[in-house]
Amino acid sequence: MDTFIQQIINGLVLGSMYALVALGYTMVYGVLNLINFAHGDVLMIGAMIGLTILNILGAHFPEMAGGLQLLIAIVGAIPCCMIVNVLIERIAYRRLRNAPRLAPLITAIGMSILLQTFAMMIWGRNPLPFPQLLSTEPIAVGGAVISITQVLLLALAALSMGGLVLLVEKTKMGRAMRAVAENPRVAGLMGVDSNRVIVYTFAIGAALAAVAGVMWGANYASIQFAMGTIPGLKAFCAAVLGGIGNIYGAMIGGIVLGIIESLGAGYIGDFTGGFLGSHYQDIFAFIVLILVLTVRPSGIMGERVADRA
Amino acid sequence: MALLNFDTVHNPRKAYTSLALLLVVMLAFPFFAQNFGNSWVRIADLALLYIMLALGLNVVVGFAGLLDLGYIAFYALGAYLTGLLASPQFAVLVESLINLHPGTGEALAAVLGDDIRTNGIHLSVWFIVPLAALLAGVFGAILGAPTLKLRGDYLAIVTLGFGEIIRIFMNNLNDPINITNGPQGINLIDPIKVFGVDLAGAAGSGAMVQVGSFSLPSVNAYYFLFLLLTIATIFMTSRLQHSRLGRAWVAIREDEIAAKAMGINTRNVKLLAFSMGASFGGVAGAMFAAFQGFVSPESFSLTESIAVLAMVVLGGIGHIPGVVLGGALLAALPEVLRHVVEPLQQQLFGQILIEAEVLRQLLYGLAMVLIMLTRPAGLWPSPKHEDRPDADSDTKEQSSGVVPA
Repeated sequence: MDTFIQQIINGLVLGSMYALVALGYTMVYGVLNLINFAHGDVLMIGAMIGLTILNILGAHFPEMAGGLQLLIAIVGAIPCCMIVNVLIERIAYRRLRNAPRLAPLITAIGMSILLQTFAMMIWGRNPLPFPQLLSTEPIAVGGAVISITQVLLLALAALSMGGLVLLVEKTKMGRAMRAVAENPRVAGLMGVDSNRVIVYTFAIGAALAAVAGVMWGANYASIQFAMGTIPGLKAFCAAVLGGIGNIYGAMIGGIVLGIIESLGAGYIGDFTGGFLGSHYQDIFAFIVLILVLTVRPSGIMGERVADRA
Repeated sequence: MALLNFDTVHNPRKAYTSLALLLVVMLAFPFFAQNFGNSWVRIADLALLYIMLALGLNVVVGFAGLLDLGYIAFYALGAYLTGLLASPQFAVLVESLINLHPGTGEALAAVLGDDIRTNGIHLSVWFIVPLAALLAGVFGAILGAPTLKLRGDYLAIVTLGFGEIIRIFMNNLNDPINITNGPQGINLIDPIKVFGVDLAGAAGSGAMVQVGSFSLPSVNAYYFLFLLLTIATIFMTSRLQHSRLGRAWVAIREDEIAAKAMGINTRNVKLLAFSMGASFGGVAGAMFAAFQGFVSPESFSLTESIAVLAMVVLGGIGHIPGVVLGGALLAALPEVLRHVVEPLQQQLFGQILIEAEVLRQLLYGLAMVLIMLTRPAGLWPSPKHEDRPDADSDTKEQSSGVVPA
């Protein structure tokens, strides 16, 4: 039972990071019907910039509290990621908005390679240690443990998602985003500037990815130029699981995928009689993706159908 | 590209002349290049393997319009099959099986002969190649089956996930039963033999292959073999393109619903595209394993899948000469960079500012973005509109604005 609770906690932590990234995929998909393949690399850029800020803070203000440093790193990473993601949209997607679907997909892969290459040139190709600023002392929760970093991560994720919901439901820009997602042409007729909405969508998605990136680094203590690919893919799986285009779906999908993954990693050995071990953790997301797409392409929350893609 | 013309239908004389000319150049290449050391011929060997891969992927992406980002998985399957069936690795497998399930293990060893416990299986590569094609083809269909309803982005992600799943298995299938030897990879794979002549060269000959009284370096022997296989692949894929099946693929690519309405069995035709494309990858993989003598999961990463896709895109999706050009350019590029750009930087700046590997990535990324923005049909697009995938009728609102000829 203790293992079970522990895996659920791990799953929640992992899942809330997936959810933050999945929101970026799902919002862009909502307004543009396009998978931003480079979104995982925005997460990586966020982590890298966060690390750079932490290193600067560590050198100049060594007495500052760890939690505050981490928050400053996140706040600093957000605008950088926003700029990067908006640039990606401007360079690789805007001119191809009316092109055949293969074209933006390939430029997206190209942008992903370019971002990784730039990161390799700036931060090197070796894994970089991410400073551990918060106490690693585990806190006991009914037989399982959780660290301060993980508590902070869950709190930040909940806060960002709450903020996003408010933004989408209550503000004018949120209403414009929903309108463009529903029908770009009619939204345009009603005076919505779709280009502006799209830029905002990319920027908001990038901000969430930046939060996830810095927290990813804080949680796993090591980051690298290629670190964005797998979380990005899994977050996409989460978005599909929840129902792509639906922001609540992305949140639920992310959490559910995180829990499936950690439970799977915890119990796969028992299920297969020791034949497959926990290092097969990475395959669950893809199996979930294939299952969802074949059984219920609209996902948990969505109404969109996969073959429209 | 006005000099070379490969349109055998409209301009047969010019096309056959250019083909003959190209063949002579290709045949003469190693004799010329070997004067500058074996490394250039080795680069050409690997480039030919990439061209085979790109041609196989072109069947799936170019002809049928199914974006496959896990294509390298089939290459890996072929390579690992060769690794298992033509090296001492099988002995390791039997041993670990005996440790885990003594009954099954002993039975297997008894069926296959006792020799297997010490030496493993050493099948001839020519027996493995059809097996590799078959295995990759079957896996291609398995991958295709759940994705039949998907298109575009979703298909790309699912195939990418499939490629990752295969790689994760290759990386971890060394415990409790050691099939792939994990991250260390499989070593000591037998070289290819043609009519009893060992293409790696006899022992102690310094990698020289003796054919009658004529001797040539091992890399040259492989070069001619791969050239032959590449020509066979070009021949087969171009026949496929103009066959009934090829036309059915184009029909599905351009408008699946219309194709279905015209009586095309879209399910089977799509599965065939996956399966046939994959089998080319399997054969190339088997050749790669025998040529290198070593396979490890590192050679089959997502980056490699993307590199092969970049070759197809850069050259010209759906146009065979274009794909060959793209494959040749991008496969030779990193090596040329390593041999030319790194020493050049050393001379100019006294140090290497940008490593060849980084530069290669940079150029791959730039090529994919710039080609799509400026020449969406590739560097060398097909002269015929129907072979060019630039119409998209899924989404009427987002049509490319190209009026069909």
